[in-house]
Amino acid sequence: MDDILCESRTVNKTLAIINTSGLIYTYPGGREPSLVDVSLTIEKGDYVILTGPSGCGKTTLCRCLNGLIPHFYSGKLEGEIKVASLTVSEHSIYELAKHVGLVFQNPENQLFALSVEKDVAFGLENLGVPREDMRARVDWALQMTGIYDLRERAPHELSGGQQQRVAIACVLAMKPDIMVLDEPTSFLDPLGAQKIFEVIGDLNKKLGITVILVEHRLDLASKYANHVIVMDEGKVVLDGKPLDVFDSESARLIGVGIPKATRLYQALRQSGVYLNRVPVNSQEATLLLQEVLTRDRG
Amino acid sequence: MSVFEGFRFRRVLSPIHQLDPRVKFLYVCAVFGIAVMFNQLLPLILLFLIQLPFVLAAGVQKEWIRSMKGASFLALMIFLFNFLFTYFYREYPIFPPSSSLLEYSLAMTLRFIVLVESFSIFFLTTSPDRLGLALEQSHVPYEFCFAFTTAVRFVPVLAEEAQTIMDAQKARGLELERGNFIKRIRNYIPILIPLIVSAIRRSLELAEAMESRAWGATNKRTNLYVLKIERGDYILAVISVGMLILAVYIWLFMREQIPSLIPLITAQNV
Amino acid sequence: MIEVKDVYFTYPNNVEALKGVSLNIRKGDFVAIMGQNGAGKTTLVKHFNGLLKPTKGTVTVNGVDTREESVAKLSRGIGFVFQNPDNQLFCETVEEEVAFALRNFGFEDKIIQKRVEWAINLLGLAKHRQSSPFMLSGGERKRVALASVLAWNPDVVILDEPTIGQDYQQKEKLRQFIVQLNAQGKTVVVVTHDVEFVAECNPRVVLMAQGEIVVDGDAKHVLTNAKLVTEASIVPPQISQIFMGLTDLGLPFDIIDVYEARDILLDFLGGDL
Ligand SMILES: Nc1ncnc2c1ncn2[C@@H]1O[C@H](COP(=O)(O)OP(=O)(O)OP(=O)(O)O)[C@@H](O)[C@H]1O
Ligand SMILES: Nc1ncnc2c1ncn2[C@@H]1O[C@H](COP(=O)(O)OP(=O)(O)OP(=O)(O)O)[C@@H](O)[C@H]1O
Ligand SMILES: [Mg+2]
Ligand SMILES: [Mg+2]
Repeated sequence: MDDILCESRTVNKTLAIINTSGLIYTYPGGREPSLVDVSLTIEKGDYVILTGPSGCGKTTLCRCLNGLIPHFYSGKLEGEIKVASLTVSEHSIYELAKHVGLVFQNPENQLFALSVEKDVAFGLENLGVPREDMRARVDWALQMTGIYDLRERAPHELSGGQQQRVAIACVLAMKPDIMVLDEPTSFLDPLGAQKIFEVIGDLNKKLGITVILVEHRLDLASKYANHVIVMDEGKVVLDGKPLDVFDSESARLIGVGIPKATRLYQALRQSGVYLNRVPVNSQEATLLLQEVLTRDRG
Repeated sequence: MSVFEGFRFRRVLSPIHQLDPRVKFLYVCAVFGIAVMFNQLLPLILLFLIQLPFVLAAGVQKEWIRSMKGASFLALMIFLFNFLFTYFYREYPIFPPSSSLLEYSLAMTLRFIVLVESFSIFFLTTSPDRLGLALEQSHVPYEFCFAFTTAVRFVPVLAEEAQTIMDAQKARGLELERGNFIKRIRNYIPILIPLIVSAIRRSLELAEAMESRAWGATNKRTNLYVLKIERGDYILAVISVGMLILAVYIWLFMREQIPSLIPLITAQNV
Repeated sequence: MIEVKDVYFTYPNNVEALKGVSLNIRKGDFVAIMGQNGAGKTTLVKHFNGLLKPTKGTVTVNGVDTREESVAKLSRGIGFVFQNPDNQLFCETVEEEVAFALRNFGFEDKIIQKRVEWAINLLGLAKHRQSSPFMLSGGERKRVALASVLAWNPDVVILDEPTIGQDYQQKEKLRQFIVQLNAQGKTVVVVTHDVEFVAECNPRVVLMAQGEIVVDGDAKHVLTNAKLVTEASIVPPQISQIFMGLTDLGLPFDIIDVYEARDILLDFLGGDL
């Protein structure tokens, strides 16, 4: 069943913005490879959720996408990664930074300036963008993430959710084609997390930025995604549309936290009640249930 | 510790805060120079008073008073030391013959206070941010400026982390104040190791974040802010240089005429 | 067991983190404290073992005012597992790490050995007993921290954000473990943002917002109350969201469990099947 899933996404080379083939990576001093034969295609404009058990190599894969591997982390890398038609191993991190933005889990450790706008400008300063352009881009990024009013505050005085938005703005200001977010909401309360997901969803929808989101709590995140990748022990084990992946047997076996809406669907199916589609979020489930419940009554 | 309290910056909007740090630094240097030039009480008192309007204009009285309080213990030590030292080595001819022992010791103490005063005005009214910027625009290598602002940013974070670690170990029954001297030092190992490990982890994460944001892409870095010298800056610069010239003039030609204060006061009382 | 009476707490930087909190935790309770970032959850639980003392009001543990007892003494009965295991791990091996607290509390060597053995097995760390805690994965480090607290067998276990960064399976194991501890009569207090985790545990829920307790009741009632939940910056569990959209059909809305939801739906469809 999973093989079918993998193949059903026929590789469309023209639209692919990220393409890896046969990626194998071992950290310096690592005994086993942390990535094993990872071959992926991600299309332009996709909203991808990357999930899998702890230690399965999600962060490692993120590091490959913006060149931290192999330029910052040495170690042994085999296979090829192409991101925005650049071969990662041949381009430096700062060249890739113009195309791929990486947002980390802990907002505290990725903000280092003493004012929000200075932090947002950091990448542009590094690239030597002229000041007038920089001003405009910083303001734009602050507005897109809804933190324009905070621009003169010190990042460490902000709440976790605000800090994480700053971190997103920092990356957004560089106008990347791709944004990779590694568990960006794990320290936030659910509403704060939901707002971050909305911001990310907007960037994807309005600006067409390709989003790759690493997340364990699928109930919250799955609403926006159109592509889910599940990893286990360094390998990609599932790769496809959210409803196919969440409903597959191996997702349950690996212990991915399948959204409750999908689980309810499965539980009903076992008892002989079939919904028209596989729901992956609560709105869908509500609609599908309404259909079934009213139809069966009428 | 409390001396440093007075140097902790608080964000306020005031004309003094707006001034260019470089010009403010010039002012601090001028005050420093003048304070070192004179060892009589009168000019030092004047120097002390001249600076008070700055404190008021910047609206940092509370912090300033705190830093002065913090410095008072050191000031007292300086006073005692000077007094005793010159008392026992009377023949040691460093203080002007006209002034008394008491006046000389007071002057030395005041010199110290004036220095603390000007430095604390500088740090209380200059955001570390602008200070970093000033360093940058004075052609200090960017790596150094970055290290400076990052340190300012992360010192409170580390302090908070140390507190959390201490709490965590206390919750596991660690009693820091138990045992003899050696034991007490060893009690800190469970706190130091996690602190060091987390500092290392943090700096790695920081490096990763910097790299991911195009650190080192070009050596022609641009800057979101520029410091522009404005009218206020010119005024302060003129004041500083003016004060310095005046002081040098007095020092060269009128040094001997500066009256000593204590005889004046006592004379009036008689 | 733990009685919090009208407690106010202000940090040295004048942040008023608790504004009149009263709470009574009884022996054998299973309490989840939830609420927005900065609501004061961590501040509140740090009062339970005396790490913080109230600015106003009192906290008593088994009838003793926390102001009159050292943290070390209070900790003997109240185990506190901090959010970040890296804030406490420092020994060369997992075994020593687990034994650290036991030594501090002055247990005899023989008992220490037995307890370490017990705690290590309980949390499935036998394989790693000689490893350095720093070499372990995040989830494993978390379990070492937990073992090092459970080792001295405190009556109350407090866990601050135990699910952060954990995958679903680890969470599931943790959940079973917590439920089991509670079933053995331990009082368990969990501070967490994870609504689905709480929905599966079904404990007593205390919601906090801005230094105050908004509501205190069982999970089913608290988490399905849309108004309260939004006030505390929480999103209702997915199942309850689904059922909130089905109330027109005369279905109950206070459902948080998948299987309960299934049964209700089957009942509803009942006749037609
Ligand atoms: N800097 C490093 N040096 C050596 N090994 C590492 C390093 N970072 C990760 N690893 C190893 O690589 C493997 C994959 O780790 P990775 O951090 O990519 O997992 P992850 O899927 O992001 O997990 P989590 O959900 O816990 O964040 C793990 O076995 C880990 O121990
Ligand atoms: N050590 C401290 N010094 C000063 N203020 C603090 C300290 N710790 C917390 N605060 C402040 O006290 C308030 C409550 O913080 P607390 O850590 O209790 O919140 P919390 O509910 O645990 O939040 P989170 O969900 O983010 O962990 C916050 O406004 C916070 O900024
Ligand atoms: Mg990771
Ligand atoms: Mg907390």
